[in-house]
Parts: sequence; structure tokens; C-alpha cells
Amino acid sequence: MIRFTVNGERLETDISPTTPLLWFLRDNLSMTGTKFGCGMALCGACTVLVNGEPVRACSMPISAMAGKRVVTIEEIGKTPVGKKVQDAWIAEDVVQCGYCQSGQIMSATALLTKNKAPTDTEIDAAMSGNICRCGTYNRVRAAIKTAAASGSAASAPATKAARKAKASS
Amino acid sequence: MKNSTQNPMENLMENRNAKSNAARRGFFKSSAGLASVVAFQLGLNSTGAWAVAGVPGANDGAAAKNPQRINPFIKISADNRITLVVGQSEMGQGISTGLAMVLADELGADWSTVGWEQAPNDLAFALPGGIQSTGGSGSQRRLMPLYRRGAASAREMLVAAAAKQWNVNAKLCRVENSFVLFGDKKSSFGALAEAAAKQPVPNEPPLKDRSAFNIIGTSPKRFDVPAKTNGSAEYGIDVKIPGMKIAMVARPPVFGAQVASFDATAAKKIKGVTNVVEIAAGVAVVADNTWAAMKGREQLNIKWKENAADKVSTASIREQFIAASKAPGIKVREVGNAAEVIGKSANIIEAVYETPYLAHATMEPMNCTAWVQMGVKTRGQAAAQEDRCDVWTGTQSPSISENSAVAASGLTKHQVHIHTKFLGGGFGRRSELDFVAEAVELSKQLNAPVKIIWTREDDMRHDFYRPMTYNVFKAALDDKGMPSAWAHRIVGSSILARRAPQNIKNGLDGSSTEGASTLPYDVPNFLCELATVNTHVPVGFWRSVGSSQNAFITEGFVDELAHLAKRDPFEYRRDLMAKHPRQRAVLELAAEKANWSKSAPVGRFRGIAFAECFGGFVAQVVEVSVNAGNLKVHKVVCAADVGLAVHPEIVKAQMQSAIVTGLDAARYGRITIENGAVVQSNFHDYPVSRIGDIPAIEVYLTGNDAAPGGVGEPGTPPLAPALCNAIFAATGKRIRSLPLSQVDLTKA
Ligand code: FES
Ligand code: FES
Repeated sequence: MIRFTVNGERLETDISPTTPLLWFLRDNLSMTGTKFGCGMALCGACTVLVNGEPVRACSMPISAMAGKRVVTIEEIGKTPVGKKVQDAWIAEDVVQCGYCQSGQIMSATALLTKNKAPTDTEIDAAMSGNICRCGTYNRVRAAIKTAAASGSAASAPATKAARKAKASS
Repeated sequence: MKNSTQNPMENLMENRNAKSNAARRGFFKSSAGLASVVAFQLGLNSTGAWAVAGVPGANDGAAAKNPQRINPFIKISADNRITLVVGQSEMGQGISTGLAMVLADELGADWSTVGWEQAPNDLAFALPGGIQSTGGSGSQRRLMPLYRRGAASAREMLVAAAAKQWNVNAKLCRVENSFVLFGDKKSSFGALAEAAAKQPVPNEPPLKDRSAFNIIGTSPKRFDVPAKTNGSAEYGIDVKIPGMKIAMVARPPVFGAQVASFDATAAKKIKGVTNVVEIAAGVAVVADNTWAAMKGREQLNIKWKENAADKVSTASIREQFIAASKAPGIKVREVGNAAEVIGKSANIIEAVYETPYLAHATMEPMNCTAWVQMGVKTRGQAAAQEDRCDVWTGTQSPSISENSAVAASGLTKHQVHIHTKFLGGGFGRRSELDFVAEAVELSKQLNAPVKIIWTREDDMRHDFYRPMTYNVFKAALDDKGMPSAWAHRIVGSSILARRAPQNIKNGLDGSSTEGASTLPYDVPNFLCELATVNTHVPVGFWRSVGSSQNAFITEGFVDELAHLAKRDPFEYRRDLMAKHPRQRAVLELAAEKANWSKSAPVGRFRGIAFAECFGGFVAQVVEVSVNAGNLKVHKVVCAADVGLAVHPEIVKAQMQSAIVTGLDAARYGRITIENGAVVQSNFHDYPVSRIGDIPAIEVYLTGNDAAPGGVGEPGTPPLAPALCNAIFAATGKRIRSLPLSQVDLTKA
């Protein structure tokens, strides 16, 4: 039995321990927001948060989930940062086909949770694992900045100077 | 919508009724006899009705209750919510919003109370050519009149109902924000809907004057965004039918190879694998879940029959192309006598340009769910039994999918129901029918619903590739440096030979030569020839089709002419466009916005290109730097004339998207063949742009007065040549073969 939580719900499973988390979510839990793009940790479409870290669910065996907390796109809007990211995605009309966007949003949420005002270089680094074949990258970047600039005082708009200072520190 | 899992049979039946009624009613012509069909909201076909739920300031999005169907395009509920039905496929291009805007504007609807629904396969939504299909950047360009007529017809019926109720002259009634008005009388569309549906269908409903548009030309929020940010948007790969199996198919590495024999013993030992069956596409491993199907497929032991193509490679195909390039091809377009002028000229130039095979690599790999059922009881008609076939998939063409399902199931069109889901990218790949045919065939064999999922490797190795081409150019310049003759021989494979052989005229596949045979440049002696060499490598429509490679080729060569003539490449093109004011205006706008007349920042260099594709005119200026062979693309300035821009922000987003597609292809895109099979398999050996590769992109629109032109594709063709022309400006190296990853930029 492998026990862990998905979106706050405790569950246990005895499926084949090599089953990737992605297919457990999609097939067993019918949570299809997490997408399959490459199966080799190359595209980021399957990104989920495991204990707050972005993880490629296609390449993460369920056996490695024991005792972990998994958060998926279905629930990310219930976290304060996730909600800001989703709102920014809507405000910037980021989405095209949308298939990569669950993963983009999960990666962006992970980034902004740790770094309230990421520089362009930091955005590039955090988002480089997420492919978008529709080419929404510039809107992804804009939405990350919008999300960073929105909401609480802690995430007051990062000025260019502040960003630069951060980049070079 | 998640409703698909709740009561599938009920939904299936309702959808069937909808389709047949739409068809029977004939919509524009028939009388009102069948009009009062109560429409339903929860069909399996609906991809995202009321998708804007919960967005503050946008439509409030709650599902309309028992809406009244006025015609195939318009449903109205008693609380005055309007459901706009769109038959085009939403693959990211924003057409669900764009065509809904057209419907809402012509109807006179209040945008804040409308929602959208995906139509079933229904010829009421067909293109002028008679099929329901999304491609060729044709949705607004070719369908706006149909959608306007549909909405105008509904509007006239609403007005007629109000006029009858009030006993006034319909001509004196007005329509505003989902209400019909006359003097101080006012009635909502919702209150009128039931009576409106019984009104005669007008034959030629009057269309609004363009000056009266108040939704078209604005940029409201897209319908499909919220559902695509919270995991609720349903793509083909997400479909779940009770009792559904999951299958993976082992396909022949060499296209067209047949199974000689296979051993499924080990595959069947994998827990969860239930069947292993041979189908036309290969050997299908059927399982209770995806992972078992994948693992099972790995355990298959298949022997493929020997095949004539086993030895074919990209190099051997290239040799064939080179051989074919030695002889004259079919003349595509000829003006004057190019060969004679070139023969006599002292100032001539020759060049060979090559482009590789490209994969589509849509983000969502191919997949399809099918359920062929024999002898289903029809609700309410206990005695009647019918056979039916349901297909759930992201398809660019419900009609092509329908044909494919008819062939594979042996049923009739009337028995086939295509449920179009969101497409995780199309780019032409989802205009094919292979993924539908195999799923229907397998479901029929299994007598169960089944979803076939392709892995990325399947998707990349069993695509219909953008054709590889080999091009020979010759041109002569007159004493002013302007081209007096231009001769271009294209060698490549035909897409239409497989897709639509009836459209090949005199051996000529127009998709091979679009973007090359007609240029906006006036050259007194012009010849474009085509030599077609078909191989076993399947080729297909790839975003912007022929123009995607032909713009790289022709616009690179024009740049060579400008260089030979010692002219500025922008001014040279502009002078050649003297008789093409619309094209010239776009070119000039791009140059102006890119500050072409001023030099680029230190260390940066610019290139320019223009292309015309599917009724869209686009010029781009690309700014690059090349240091020690490392290319950095800094900026793309894009000017586009797409005629009337229904939703300018979506048009800009499509240009940005098309530019990234162009960058992917120019920098990295390359499919190669060894031993008859595709070498590349996934994003490690078929790389695409990532966020750090992406330049600043500026898009400017012009030409809003003309009829709508293409939007989704025309932004792709100019990118590669503008980029390569910038690299030439930076390094002196002329790029005549793509992708750039295969070119050493340290050497001039
Ligand atoms: S599907 Fe997991 S990274 Fe691509
Ligand atoms: S929006 Fe289509 S792949 Fe990113």
C-alpha cells in the first residue's frame, strides 16, 4: 500500500508501484487536468507539485509518492499564489490550445511561491521545462509578471531596478 | 464537460436527435413544422458551453435551462441567455470566441449573456465546399457569411414573433442587447424564443451594415481560457466512457509495412492487459489502464514483412530529388521567356534551396475514443433497434472523421456521431483521419468503447510530414539591378496525391507551389516549375502548407538578388511591389515599425521578408545577433493585413503563435529517415523553442476594411526568410538549407 495525499485528500493504493503518478491521476482518479505530452520529462505538460516542488508526473513512479503531498491543476486555484496565477492567465489571455497550460501554471505557481518577483532570467530558468507548441511564451512571461505584481504588499510590483539587482545578486 | 460520464446513453440519444433534426429541417429553407425541438444543454458534444463560469465581469456562465433552439446556430433560454453554436474546431486559434462574436453581433445579442457550445457533425456548419472542417485559415474567411445569415435568420424570427404578439409591423421593430423593441414595448429574446422558433424561416434575412457592428472588431475575453487554466477543459485524450478500454498500437517502423507475425504471450502477462489484436494500423494492446497498455506494448514481439522502403533514407530521397531537378518540371506559371533571358544575360545568379521534413508535434499526441454499438435500443421506441458509432476526438474535420468512421464501422453517416473535443493543437495534423479509423476499427472488434492513445514517439514517427523539398533557382538582373527573369524549379512530394487526388490538375498539386508560383513582385520573365517525386514518406498539411517552405526559399532568393544588385533589401522589395499596393503597405509598415531606416543597435542585424498566405499578408523584420556562431533572436516586428480583424487581440496572438512556429521550424525542425523509418522520436531529438529562445514580438495590424483574410497561418511563412536574411546581414552567410541547428554559423 502506498499512502499519500492528492489535493488534500488522503488516499492509499496498491496499483503497480512503477505506474507513473500521471496515469494514476488520470486513470484512477479521473483527474485529467494533468496532461500527457512526452512521457520523458521533456515537455512539462504533466507538471504537478509534490511537497511544493514542481515534478514531472509522467516520470515519477507512484512508489515515490509515499507520504508526499501532491497538488494538481484542479486544486491549485485554492492556494493564494495559484489563484493569482490563474487570474493573471485569464487577464493576459495567455491560453491558445491550452494543452500545455496546466503545466505552465503549475511551474509558474511553484516559481512565484518561492520568488515573489522573479527576473526574466529566473522566469526562463523556472519555465524552461515547459514547452508550448502554440507559442504562448511571451504571454506566459507577461502573466507571471502580472501575477507577481498583483495582490498583497509582499508582492508589490517589482521595479526594473529591483529585478536587476536581484538578477545580479 | 464532465457530464459525459454521468449518463452517456441519454446524452448520446439526445445528440442523435439534434443532428437528425438539424439535417431534416434544412434550416434556411424549410417551413417551421419541425421547429420547436427543445434543445438540450448537456450533449457529449459540448466542449465548453458557458465556459466563462465564475469570471468576474465576464458572462456569468451558468448553464441555460432548457434553451429553445431557434436554428442550428442559436439557442435561447427563458432567462434570456443565449447559446451560440460553433461548428469549427477550437484548437487554440480562438474560433469559438470569434464565430460566437459574429453570431452575437448579427443577432443583436448582449455579449454579457452569451455562451458557446461545440456543434456536432452537422452539415449546417459546412464550408462552401460542403464539408465541416477547420483549416487553411478559413473559418472567418470562408464562414463569416454563413454564420451571419444564421444569426440574422434567428433575429428576424424573434422580431416576427414580437411583431405578431404586439400586432405591429415587424419592419418597424428594433433589436438591441437581446431585446426586441417597438415604441415603448420591449420583449426579451428569452421571452420570445418559443414563439420565434415557430416563425417561418426567412429566405434571405437582411444583414446588418458593417457600421452597425459593435462586437466584431472588439477584443472581449476568450471563452475557452478559464476552463484551460483549472484543468476542466476536456480534450480528446481526457474522454472517459464507462467500460472504456485503453489501447496502444504498435505501428510499423517503416511506413506501410505489414505484420508478418507477432507473439503476444509476454504482453498478455502484464496485469491489466485484456486483449492483443491485429488491426490495419498494427498490433493493438488493449488494457484497463494506460500504463498497462504501454507496458504490454513493450512486451510485444512483432515481425514485420520486408518492404521495398526498408532501405530508403533522407539521403536517398535527396538523390532522387536532385535527379528530378535536372529535367524540366510541369510549368506552374509562366510569363515571358525566362530561360531565354537568363541565357543571354551577363548578370545571372543561381542557387539551390532545401527544406527538411517537419513533424507537427501538436502538444496533445493523437488519440481517439470510439464506441461501435450494434443493436442499441432507442429511447422511447422500445421496438426499434439501431446500430451506432460514436467518436470522441479532437478533430479539425468532423466530416472527414465521419467518413472515416463510416468506412471503418460499416455503418451509415446517419449512424455516426462525432463529438469534437478541444484540440491540443492541430496545425494540420488533426485534419487527418488515421486516428479515427483505427479507433473505430478496434472498438468494432472489441465490441466495447476504447480509447487509443499515441505516445509522443508514435506521434512523431507516424505523422504526415511537411514535404521535404529541393529547389533550383536561376535569375537574371537588368542593368538597373532589377530581375529581368526568374526561374524556379521545385522538387517535392505531393500532399494532394493522397488527400485529394481529384484536385490535382494536369499533374499539378497546387499545395506544393503556393507561395512560389505567384509572388507580389513583378518580373517580366517568370517561370515556376514543379517536379513531383512521391516516396513512401507520408506528407501532409503543415501550418501554412506550401507557403511555409516556399516563402523561405523565394524570400531568401529575393534577398540574394537585392544583395547582388547592391540594394537595400526592403527598398528592393518595395520597388518590385509597385503594382501591389496592399502588399507594399504591409511591407512598409513592418519596416517603419522596425525603424528599418535607422541602423540596428550595435551588434544587431535585421532581415526582412514578406509572404502572402490564405488571404493574409504579412511582413516581418527580425533582429538578431550572432556571436561566435551563437544565434540570438532579439526581436520580431510583424505587420499584417488580414482584412477585417474580428477580434484584434486574437489576431495578434495568432501572429505571435505563428512566429514561434516559424522559429521552431527554422531553428530546429528536422525529421530524417533511416532504413525507411523516422529517426526522431521525442523532444530531445526533435527540439522546439523554449521560453528563453523567444524574442520580443510586436504585431501591427492594417487593412481592417477588406473582407476577412486568413489569420492562423499567414504569420509563419515570413519568419524563416526574415531570420535567415538577418543572419546574412550579421555574418555574410547565406542560409539555403534548414534548420539552422545543422548550419555552422562560425563560418561565412
Ligand atoms: S509528459 Fe511529463 S514532461 Fe512531458
Ligand atoms: S497553448 Fe497550445 S501548447 Fe501551449
